[in-house]
Amino acid sequence: MKKVVRGFYSVAYSVKLCRPNVICAYPITPQTEIVENLATMYANGELENCRYITAESEFAAASILVGASAAGARTFTATCSQGLILMSEVLFNAAGMRLPIVIVNTNRALSAPLSIWNDLQDSMALRDAGIVQVYVENNQEAHDMVPQAYRIAEDKRVMLPFMICMDGFKLTHAYEPVDLLEQDVVDSFLPPYRPEVYLTTKKPLAFGCYAPPHVYMEFRVAMQRAMERAKDVMEKVFKEWAEISGRDWGGHLEIVYPDSKNFVIAMGSLVGLLRKVVDELRSEGFSIGLVKLRTFRPFPAEELRKNLGSAEKIIVIDRSFSCGYEGNLSIELKSALYGTNPEVISFILGLGGRDIPKDFIKELLRNSILGREKSGFKGFKEFEEVIP
Amino acid sequence: MRFFGRGHGACPGCGLTIAVRNVLEALEGKCFVVNPTGCLEIISSQYGRNAWGVPYIHSLFDNAAAVACGISEALKALGREDEGKVVVLAGDGATADIGLTLHGMFDRNHDVIYICLDNEAYQNTGHQQSALTPFGEATTTTPAGKVLFGKMGRKKDMVAIALAHGSPYVATSSAVLPADIRRKVKKASNIEGAKYIQIHCPCVTGWGIDGKDVVKVGNLAIETALYPIVEFENGKLITVRKVRDRKPVEEYLKLQRRFRHLFTSPEGKKIIAEIQRIADENALKYGIDLKK
Repeated sequence: MKKVVRGFYSVAYSVKLCRPNVICAYPITPQTEIVENLATMYANGELENCRYITAESEFAAASILVGASAAGARTFTATCSQGLILMSEVLFNAAGMRLPIVIVNTNRALSAPLSIWNDLQDSMALRDAGIVQVYVENNQEAHDMVPQAYRIAEDKRVMLPFMICMDGFKLTHAYEPVDLLEQDVVDSFLPPYRPEVYLTTKKPLAFGCYAPPHVYMEFRVAMQRAMERAKDVMEKVFKEWAEISGRDWGGHLEIVYPDSKNFVIAMGSLVGLLRKVVDELRSEGFSIGLVKLRTFRPFPAEELRKNLGSAEKIIVIDRSFSCGYEGNLSIELKSALYGTNPEVISFILGLGGRDIPKDFIKELLRNSILGREKSGFKGFKEFEEVIP
Repeated sequence: MRFFGRGHGACPGCGLTIAVRNVLEALEGKCFVVNPTGCLEIISSQYGRNAWGVPYIHSLFDNAAAVACGISEALKALGREDEGKVVVLAGDGATADIGLTLHGMFDRNHDVIYICLDNEAYQNTGHQQSALTPFGEATTTTPAGKVLFGKMGRKKDMVAIALAHGSPYVATSSAVLPADIRRKVKKASNIEGAKYIQIHCPCVTGWGIDGKDVVKVGNLAIETALYPIVEFENGKLITVRKVRDRKPVEEYLKLQRRFRHLFTSPEGKKIIAEIQRIADENALKYGIDLKK
């Protein structure tokens, strides 16, 4: 059923269809309306076999879900920015305990200075946590990703938390036509959560045992193996989803114009704008294709090397950076392409919600192909501050 | 020892293990244990040497109450409430310092029995002060020196905090009163909501006492009124453990290395006098003295 809805609702409605048992969150802009929608459904008795809890902080929200997930419940939370990093101690722990909590992160900048606006710095800070990270381009993809997230996270070959990253404001607040899923479609795709081990008095087990040096490493290696297995599981689930929903979002990557000499690569809602820009540059005669990176963890290094290893130039658009080095995606891509020949130009744009106008990015891409542009921060002004 | 004990690594004379065994016996093993990082966790949950015969989870140092809320809510959502009660077994640091998710548990009144095993400092890591370390105690982070004489702040009143949250059942007990622990835990398990029980647990190494003196020292804490044994239901004080011929606090303090510095200087004398004043205040507040 196609309806014009906001990003919040596209997520909340999809969460409802996944039949979660425990939803727990703390409000934070620009996430709040997701859990407000769920709270309304809960207040109206529309969520069966479910408990909705308003926690006293994101730290508590994530902790409540650790308990609930360990007890065998399907769990959901949404957060971003300060909320995500307040959760971070718990989320690293949840990943180590192999709890398939699903999180929607409505990407927002980190303080200081305080900013409620969009960039990708928050989820990048959780890069090493052992959480699957997928970035969506629009609200239909966000809607479609929720059932897939549960299927992948709860697969016994994976059993890791899953974070769907959607741009704050740019997607959350946007009205878009979304084809809302039917309950029977989701039910046939996503079976109830039946973990192999969970907290029960019928078979007492201990969760979260501490590990001395003779066993700790084995647990961490097991997480890496699970991430590696997740790559295959995700590809299969993505394909199955395309078949049952009729919407094919691609694999870990989507490549537009794969025979191009030059490529631009980005994540999230910016890809929508780049589709248009790439088309316009091609009509000017430039050989340029587009790579939409959907999965950031596990990182699809082999796919990138296979598809981009023989390109001439790759332009990376980052909306976050590792302070003291460079853009996050750029770091990962260069590592993936090690030993191949493409020239990589990387730009860091749009931090803290700074607008990325179409003509601005088109000019950047054009100049990059023509060899007139250097890597670095773009679209900011130098100014004198107390601390320079 | 059906529910706890096989292979645990506690010191001989440890108060925690006495308390834990009695808590689990009172619940007949029908419970889910949430245990934050600390003494109890380290002595019982090494991978491959799990000492628990009940479902057990350790997540972090600072989130036991919230994890317990999650289990309690999950059991409700899944229709499995009959399986057992959710019990937190936390240390004093994890309760009164770093574990602030306790307040959300009280506020939303989740069905959890929160038990604070109070050995009055971070004993697992070698005796650092916590909010439940009493006034005048020397710890490694509040050492006795030339100008400071141990912890100069008060012991946090967690009982008052639990009561202020409207907790339906709040009590204190001691590892030296096993029957009292069992009665109170049983009672708590029949009350819906977020319950709080604080159990005084002597620590041989941290307090600097002889293993054979654990019961004696634990009893003296009660007999001096430094550790009032009380019970509140719906905010009303319903029982107090009375004391005949209350003992002077010196008798309690002098047996323990953690208070040794108070007996070697004129300033220490003043601190002992202040500790006596705290005991007198407790006795008056709860009517501890048994009149002849």
